[in-house]
Amino acid sequence: MSVLVDENTRVVVQGITGGEGKFHTEQMLEYGTNVVAGAVPGKGGQEVAGVPVYDTVQQAAREEDANASVVFVPPAFAGDACFEALDAKGLDLVVAITEGIPTQDMSRVYRKLRETDTHLVGPNCPGVITPGVAKLGILPGNIFSSGNVGLVSRSGTLTYQVVDNLTDRGLGQTTAIGIGGDPIIGTDFIDALELFEADPDTHAVVMCGEIGGEDEEAAARFIGEHMDTPVAGFIAGRTAPPGKRMGHAGAIVSGSGTGTAESKITALENNGVPVGDTPEEVADHVEDIL
Amino acid sequence: MKLHEYQAKQVFSEAGIPTPPSQLARTADEAVAAAEEIGYPVAIKAQVQVGGRGKAGGIKLVDDAEEAREAAEDIIGMDLKGIHVDRVLVEGAVDFVDELYVGVTMDRGEGEPVAMVSTRGGVNIEEVAEEDPEAIAREHIDPAFGMHPYQARKVVYEAGVDREVANDVASILRTLYQLWDDRDGADAEINPLMVTSEGEVVAADAVMNIDDDALFRQPELAEMEDDVADDDSLEAKAEEYGFDYVRLSGNTGIIGNGAGLVMTTLDLVDHYGGSPANFLDVGGGAKADRIANALDMVFSDENVDAVVFNIFGGITRGDEVANGINQALEQFDEIPKQVVVRLAGTNAEEGMEILNEDLVTVEHTLEDAVQRAVQYADEAEAEQ
Repeated sequence: MSVLVDENTRVVVQGITGGEGKFHTEQMLEYGTNVVAGAVPGKGGQEVAGVPVYDTVQQAAREEDANASVVFVPPAFAGDACFEALDAKGLDLVVAITEGIPTQDMSRVYRKLRETDTHLVGPNCPGVITPGVAKLGILPGNIFSSGNVGLVSRSGTLTYQVVDNLTDRGLGQTTAIGIGGDPIIGTDFIDALELFEADPDTHAVVMCGEIGGEDEEAAARFIGEHMDTPVAGFIAGRTAPPGKRMGHAGAIVSGSGTGTAESKITALENNGVPVGDTPEEVADHVEDIL
Repeated sequence: MKLHEYQAKQVFSEAGIPTPPSQLARTADEAVAAAEEIGYPVAIKAQVQVGGRGKAGGIKLVDDAEEAREAAEDIIGMDLKGIHVDRVLVEGAVDFVDELYVGVTMDRGEGEPVAMVSTRGGVNIEEVAEEDPEAIAREHIDPAFGMHPYQARKVVYEAGVDREVANDVASILRTLYQLWDDRDGADAEINPLMVTSEGEVVAADAVMNIDDDALFRQPELAEMEDDVADDDSLEAKAEEYGFDYVRLSGNTGIIGNGAGLVMTTLDLVDHYGGSPANFLDVGGGAKADRIANALDMVFSDENVDAVVFNIFGGITRGDEVANGINQALEQFDEIPKQVVVRLAGTNAEEGMEILNEDLVTVEHTLEDAVQRAVQYADEAEAEQ
C-alpha cells in the first residue's frame, strides 16, 4: 500500500515539450512511472519520449485515461495550468513542480481547489514517490527504497538527505511527499498526515518542516489529537534571523516572532513527536519507534 | 520588492488615495525649495527602507527655511541603521486629531487576502497585534470576487472608526485592496491614516511590497527598483550571480543546494559549536561556473575563516559540482580559506573522484563535513 501514487497511476505531463518537462518525463519513465500523455497548447499530435502530446489536459485525460498530472509549465503560465488540471474530468492528483508562481495566482488556484476533491501537491516541490512503483516529479529515485515509513517535507534536498539516512539503515518508505516551500500550497502537512494515518502499511511518519508560517504547529496539534501512527520530526532554520527570507518564499521568521523553529519544535514535542537535532538523529528516532 | 515611501505614495495618489503635498529632494537646496513651495510646517523624511525612522532621527518637523536646511543637511548623508540616506521626502505636515491603520496582506494560512483596520494607528502595528489582537479588525476577501463594498464598511465599523469618517476610510480601503490586487502586492499599508481637524482623511505614510515572483508583469514597478540603492555589496553580488543569499555574522561559510538543506547545514554548524557566516543556495542543476561564482562570493566575505560545501544531487550532478570546485580553486596560488566538500546523490561517486584533494578536504557525511569545517574555522580564527 501507499498514498496518492500507486501502480494504477496514469500520468499526463503538462509542459512535456519544454527542457525540464522532457528530461523528467524520461526520468519518470525510466523509474517505471506510467506516463501516458503530455499536454501542451499548440503541440497536439507530437510525441515526446514515445508519449503522445495533446493540446489540452482534458483531451489527454479522455484519450489516455490519465488520472494524475505533473506540471512543468513556466511560472507565468503555471497558475493557469493548475486550473486546467483541476477542471479536467478524471484527474484526482495534480503535482505542481514549478517554482516562482505569483502568490496571487496561487491564492485563486487554492480557492478553486477547495471546491474539488482533487489533491494538489506543490507548487515549488520535488513531487511524490512511491518507491519501486512510480514517481511524479524530480526526486532522484535511486536513494529511495520500499518500506513502512511515510515521509512529508517542505523541502526537496532536505528530503533526499533524510531519506538517505533512512535508506542507509534499511528503513524503507511507503510514499514520500514533497509539499513545497511556498506560502500557499495545495496539500499541507495535515492533509499528508491524514493520508498516512489511513494507510495500514505506513507504520511511522517522518515530518520535515522549516521556519515560516504556522503549518507545523497546526500539524503538531493534529498529530496529538488524531494520529495513532507515530511521527518523528525535523525542523530546519533554527539559526535563521527574523525578517530574512531563507530561499523558499515561505521560509521567513516574521518581525513579530511567528514562524520560529523553536515554536515548531516545542509544539511537536508537546504532542509526543520526537524532533531530531540532525537528520541522523531523525533516523535514530524512527529506528526507536519501529 | 519594497517600494520607497515616496514611490508608494505616488502609486497610492495616482489611484485616488489622498496624500499630503510632497516633493522628493536629494540636496539641502532642493529640500528648502520644496519646503518653501509646500508651505511650513513640513516634515523632512529620510527615504530608506527600515522601520523606526522617526526614533532613529530620520524624520524631522521644521517651521522655517533655516530649520529645513539644517534638518536636510543632517539627514541627507546620514547612516540610518546601517543604510546611507541619499534622498528625503519633504512633506506638508498634517494637523491630525486621529491616527488609523489600514492594510491588506496575504493570509498564508487561509490562502486568501485579508484586510485589516485599526484605530491604533501611528505605532508599530505588529506590536499592537501581539499585545492586543482585538484592536485590529480583520476581513478575509474571496480572491475570486475581490472586496465587496460591504466588506470594507464592515471591517471599518468593526474597528470602531468614527462614523464621521467611516465612509471615507472604507473607500480608501477599497482602493488599497484594488491596488494590492492589480499590482501584485504582498503587503499594502497606510500607517498612519490621519484624520485631520477638518474631518479629512490623509495617508501620511505608505507601504507597498510587491511579490517578486510577479515583477515580470509589473514592468512599471520593476523599473522603480533601479532607484533602490543597495547597501551591502555582498548581497548585491549575490543578486548579480542570481543566488539566494543571506549574510550572517559568523565565520563558517556555507554553500549548498536547496533552501531546506542549506538551512539545515547552518543549523548543524551552530549545533557543533560553530557560527554560520551566510546562507547561500546555488539552486537546482548548478553547473561548474555557478559553483565557482558561489566560492568567489564566500571567499569575498572577510568574516569567513573556512567553508563547507554540501551538495545533495537530485538534478544537480556531483561531477559538475566537483569540476566547478576544482576550476575555482586552481586559479589560486594559495587557497584563501580551507574548503570542506561533501557530495551525495546523483553522480556523487564520480564527483568525489574528480575532486582534487590537494585543494579541498572531502568528507562523506553531512555531520562529518560540518564538524570538520567548524574545526578549520576555529583554528584559522585562533591563528589571527
